[in-house]
This record gives sequence, C-alpha cells and structure tokens, in this order.
Amino acid sequence: MNTRPLIASAGAAITLLALAGCVPNSPAGGDTAAITVDSTTDDCVVSATTATSGTLTFNVTNSGDQVTEFSLLADDGLRIVGEVENVGPGISRDLVVQAQPGDYFTVCKPGMVGDGVGRASFSVTGDKVELAGDVQDQVDAAAANYVAYVKDQVGQLVVGTQTFVEAYVSDTPSPDGKTAAELYAITRANYERIEPVAESFGDLDPAIDFREADVPPEDEWTGWHRIEKDLFPPTAEENGGTEYVPLTADERTYYADKLVADTQLLHDAVNDPEYTVTIDAISNGAIGLLEEVASGKITGEEEIWSHTDLWDFQTNLEGARVAYEGVRDIVETKDPELVTTIDERFASLESTLAEYGSLDEGFVYYDELSTDQVKQLADGVSALSEPLSRLTATLVG
Amino acid sequence: MSEPDPAQASPGISRRGLLGLAGAGALGAGIGVAGGIAVDRFALPQAASAASSAAVYPFFGAHQSGIVTPAQDRLHFASFDVGDITRDELVELLQDWSAASALMTAGDPVGVYGAVSGPYDAPPDDTGEALGLPAAGLTITIGFGPTLFTSADGTDRFGIAGRRPAALADLPHFPADALVETLTGGDLCIQACSDDPQVAVHAIRNLSRIAFGRASIRWSQLGFGRTSSTTTAQLTPRNLFGFKDGTANIKAEETAVVDEQVWAAADDAAWMAGGSYLVARKIRMTIETWDRTSLREQEAIVGRTKGEGAPFSGGTEFSEPDFAATGRGGAPLIATDAHVRLAHPDQNAGAKMLRRGYNFVDGNDDLGRLNAGLFFICYQRDPRTQFVPIQMNLAKNDAMNEYLRHVGSGVFAVPPGASEGGFVGETLFA
Repeated sequence: MNTRPLIASAGAAITLLALAGCVPNSPAGGDTAAITVDSTTDDCVVSATTATSGTLTFNVTNSGDQVTEFSLLADDGLRIVGEVENVGPGISRDLVVQAQPGDYFTVCKPGMVGDGVGRASFSVTGDKVELAGDVQDQVDAAAANYVAYVKDQVGQLVVGTQTFVEAYVSDTPSPDGKTAAELYAITRANYERIEPVAESFGDLDPAIDFREADVPPEDEWTGWHRIEKDLFPPTAEENGGTEYVPLTADERTYYADKLVADTQLLHDAVNDPEYTVTIDAISNGAIGLLEEVASGKITGEEEIWSHTDLWDFQTNLEGARVAYEGVRDIVETKDPELVTTIDERFASLESTLAEYGSLDEGFVYYDELSTDQVKQLADGVSALSEPLSRLTATLVG
Repeated sequence: MSEPDPAQASPGISRRGLLGLAGAGALGAGIGVAGGIAVDRFALPQAASAASSAAVYPFFGAHQSGIVTPAQDRLHFASFDVGDITRDELVELLQDWSAASALMTAGDPVGVYGAVSGPYDAPPDDTGEALGLPAAGLTITIGFGPTLFTSADGTDRFGIAGRRPAALADLPHFPADALVETLTGGDLCIQACSDDPQVAVHAIRNLSRIAFGRASIRWSQLGFGRTSSTTTAQLTPRNLFGFKDGTANIKAEETAVVDEQVWAAADDAAWMAGGSYLVARKIRMTIETWDRTSLREQEAIVGRTKGEGAPFSGGTEFSEPDFAATGRGGAPLIATDAHVRLAHPDQNAGAKMLRRGYNFVDGNDDLGRLNAGLFFICYQRDPRTQFVPIQMNLAKNDAMNEYLRHVGSGVFAVPPGASEGGFVGETLFA
C-alpha cells in the first residue's frame, strides 16, 4: 500500500540528458569544494569560473523574487549537463554533477522562462575520465523492457483475476481444481510485482488493493482485500468484537465485477500508446517495492485475514529484482561496488525467503512464523533496502 | 525540600487522600495556607542550573498551565481508568490530585512529610526522586475523557452524563488508523511537562500512587524532546524525520488567536469556559524507511526545505507558504499532497490547533526497528471543527502517511484552571 507512485518528476527526464556526460565516481578528479551561485533578479553570480574535473557541487541560492533555476550547459550552449529547478525565492539547493574537462556555460532563469540571465563561460580543467559508454541507448532499452514487463504482468493479471472471481462467485473450484481461497495469493502475484505502477494511476490502487483500515469512512471498500476477508472470514474477536457477516451472492458478484473492471482499467492504462516510464521511475519502483515489503508484508498487515504475506513478499521482491536488473548495467559503470553489494544482498534475501517456500509449492503463513524468523527476514530486507535506496541517485547523478 | 512543613498540605487535599499518604495523625496540622510557597521556592539557590530549570508555573489560575505555557523539553503523559467509586470519591481524587499538583509544580514534595520525614515505620509520602531538583518548569494538566461521562456500556457512573460537552465527541475512524486498544482512550488524563525528565516522571508516579484504589493507569507515554514551540521566543525544534515541526503553531503571544482557537467557549458547556480540548495521538514513524528516502522526496513530502524549514514557495522558515506558486510546467511548488499544504489553515476552513507534541523512542520492535515517533498533542476549542477535519484531510491525502502509523489515541476535555486552593473540575462538580 501507499508506495510513492512512479511519477517521474519533471526534472528527471532532463537530468538524464546529463547521463551521457557522466563518469564513474573517480577520486582522482574529486574536487568537491562547493561553488556558490547567486541567482538574483537579473544576474547569475557564480563564485568561480573554473574547476577541476570530477564531482562539482554548485550551491544555488535564489536571492531574487521569482522562482528560478540554474543550469550547467555544454559548450554548444544548449545541451543541459545538469540543473536544479523550482528554487523558490530565498531558498538554496545543491546541484551535484560529474564534470568532464571542457567548456561550459552557467545560466540562471528567474521566472523559469526565456533564455535566462547572467550566462557566463565556465571551464573545467584536469584529467578526462573514462566515459561510461553510450548510456542513452541503455536507458532507452531499459525503459522499453520495463514497459514490456509491466504489460505482460498486467495481461496475466487480467486472465488470472477472471479465473479467480469465477471460482469465488460460483463457489466451485476453477478448471484446474483450485478454490478461490487457494487461488487468492498466487493470482495477486502479477499485481504485487508491479504495484508501484498501479499506484501511479491515482484511484486504481485504492480500488484494487486497499486494506480495510486504509479506507475513509464515507468511501466504499472494494478490491482484493474485501474479497480476502470474505474468503478468510475473521472470528468475532478478530473483527473488532462483532460477528463477521459473509457477503451475499449478489454482493460477491458486485465486488467480483468491480475487481475485474478495475483490473481492466489498469490494463488499458499500461497499454496506452502514450504510456512510458522514465529510468528513475524504474529504479524508484525497485526501491518502492522493497518499502512495500518493509512496511506491509514483513509486519503481516497486508494480508491480515489470509496471512499470505510471504507470497506478496516473494512477488514484490521479484518485481524489484526485474526493475533493478533493468538498470543494473548502467549503475555498474558508475558504481560497481554498489552493484556488487546489491547483487549479494538480493541473493541472500532470496535464499532466506526460499527457506519458507516458493510460489509453486506455497509459503508458510505469516501467523505461523516465529518472531525470530520474522526478524531474520526483516534484517534481510533492511540489508538490501539500504544500498538499494542509493540506486536512483547513482543512476541519475 | 525535605523539611516537614505543615503548610505543604494544601487546603484542597481531601481527608481520604491524607489518610492514604500520611496516616490519620497528621490531619489537622496540615490544614492551613499553601499557594505562596511557589514564589519562595522560585528564589531558592538550589535551582541554580539552566535558566529554564528555575521556571515555576502556578498550578492555580483561570486556565490550566501546560497549554500556552512555553513548551517544556520533556513529557510524561498518562491516561487513567477510574475504578468502581462514587461521585464523591471521584471529586476527592481530583482534589487530592490538585493539591499534590500545586505542591509539585512549586517544586515541593507531596504530602505532609515529604520524602524523608514522618513516621519512621511508614513509607514516605513522597517517592523522593525529585529531592534536590527544582520545579524545572513542571506543569500538570488534567483532562476528562468521554468515558468519564458515559461509560462504554452507556452507564452514567457519576451523574455527569448530561453535562458532557458536545465538543467532547468520540473521534471517528481515520483512514489507515492502526489503533491499539491498550494505547487508546481513558477516563482521565494527566499531562506532566518539565524541562527535567525526572521531574515529569516524579509527577506522574506520585499522582498515580495517590490514585491507587480509585483510578489506575491505562496507558502512558514518555516524550524526550518537544516538537513544537508555543511561544515566539522558542526556536522551532525538529521531529524524528529531521524536519522542523510546529513552525506555524499557535503561539501564546497571539492572544486573539488563542482566545478564538484554543479556549473553550461557554456556549457549549458553561463549566468548560476557559478550558480546552486535548487530542493525543501516538504516531509511530517508520524512520528506517524514511531514512532511505531521497532528500528530494523528503522535502517534497513536507513541502519545506529540511535545513531552513522554508516553504517551497520561497522565503525563510516563517514566510507564509504561497500555495498558488508554480514552477516548471505550471506544477505547484508545494505539491498538492504536501504535508504543509494539507495541514495549513487555508485548506481547513481557517482551523488551527495549538500543538504540543513530543518525540518518543520506546525501545525497539521485534524486527529490530526503533519504536519511534511523535506523541502528538494538540489543544483546541472544539475538536469537531479543528482536529477531526484536519486529520481527516491528512489521513486521506498526506504524502507523509506512508511513513506514519497512528497507534494510540485519546480525546479529553481539559477543564479551566482551579481557583486558588480549589481543584480541577470544580466547575463540573459544583
């Protein structure tokens, strides 16, 4: 629930243009002394006109009275190497870029429109650092691959959901002999793998995947967890002291139809020709899926009636792995150690989780886990989440 | 503070309370003056440490202290269930609490004999851990929960159901509430704030001791760092997300705002005039997850810069946010789901609250994560038009919710201050 949606910030796509000019973190050229930039009403005062190649930090302060942005432009005066935008009056923000030797321009843009003010030459001296290769191709490929993955998962979800609700509504096993309760966790796998994508479409995740406690009093509770409660009915004690009343046949049909319809909306959304993802949205998706595990699954709150949290855990992890693999090679050129650490910790967590089952064989139910077992899993999640949280910054930095 | 001073027994203390504390033999001698002690103690040289440690706030007055009082650094809060006692016994409890509170807020030990005097074969009146410590700005603020008026099964135990203010309504369920029964509700509450944690704990401990047999603690909370300023002289502290908290809080100096937004009016329940309504929420913060979030996202969620605390629309910490300001592509600088936008009075029909929350860390959970967060406290004229709509707006829309979990909750009517020598609740039980 509630992971930050995969909405790419307006700045992200622009920042990516800088990727081609980025270099691996190189201590050799590492002059990280901050250069100050004062964006005034009509000027752009930079404290230095030269710097040594490597990591540069521009500390941008807006002393004007309009929202401003600061850009480091390439020698053609057009291509943006790095920028900070939406800096309100009086506010300071850092721009950190990896700069190659060469000629650049600095410029501020009070009001965020026009050609900007105070355009000045800026030169970077020192050693040239090895380029990361043709990153833009990799970025494009990663985005295309991830969109294809999302479409595939949602396509499977549409089919699986249909089978599931038929078993649920008719109260008879599916063609392969599984009851709705048995199909519940495995059908959700396709959703859990791409959950941050669903959350990027506003109302869809609340309609499809809200837990009972998430729902405002005047709103209707629908989706997977509404049906979960009916399939795995709580005792009166678990239900806040009141006897759980099973849904009627009409109600079952209503919630089943709604789930199918909402899933179809998700399917339509990701198959829209306009639908695309940015590279940082992919890496943030990987981070977000691990956050899902840390905040909902590892605590047993996501599947409070069915206790099938480890199925969600597994599929969140799989989705995170796919998103990570999509950007892994790009990140590796910039920070090989980070990639090594993430690789190791993914593998470690996957093997820990495998001790409790698999999607094919089924998992241990959450309420059967001991506190020590949960803690072991949580430690694995934290161990992976910490380096993974640096993925986007490394990717676009 | 160890001298047995008969004057330390306030005229307000009940016979029953004294019996419990010091035995029948002490009765009589204790009935005399009190109140003036506060001033004397203020001048004692033992309060020689930080200036704030020397602060003494009077217990008696038109309003209870601990509301617009400059927020002290530490908190000990306790919610109580009242036992099977009569109305008269409840009044005696409130009298005993008030008398003991008057002593402790003045920096004195409770009871006739204090902590280290009295009959050698009796336990001391006062528990003793505050011996030698100044009042340290201690305030003790007492409130009445909805169940004091009408118990869960509808019983009017104390003949006051008819006097329950409409503003003391049960809080609704907010989206994503994860309330734990054992951290929720209560018939009575006591908020003890001080600049010295030992002094705050001493207050709750002794008041709890005085209540044994009449009321017992239902849940309690320690807070180690204030997260709000309630005067313009105080710097804005930070919460456990590392952001300044309470920048736009109601400040004591804004007397017109305080009158309008904090103090209860007489038109709802006359006995509450000059009182206020307290809402407490224990909010767990998933700080481990938060710490893995980019600075970009952290600041976007809050809508302010992390260092200065300036709103994204520009300026410095105390600049008024401009929610209409836009940046690239016409997108608002302060996002539509940013905390500062959703909590702002402009988005809530002008409603504000006087916030008085504290950071807490209660050890760790089973997963090795710090059990940390914000013990949110706010005071207002009417929770139905202040806390409830604001929290409903936040619970539905706030981007910060992903990192928050409300686990405890309580709403209490905080009566006006006790008259000199009187007791909190005297207007209700008159």
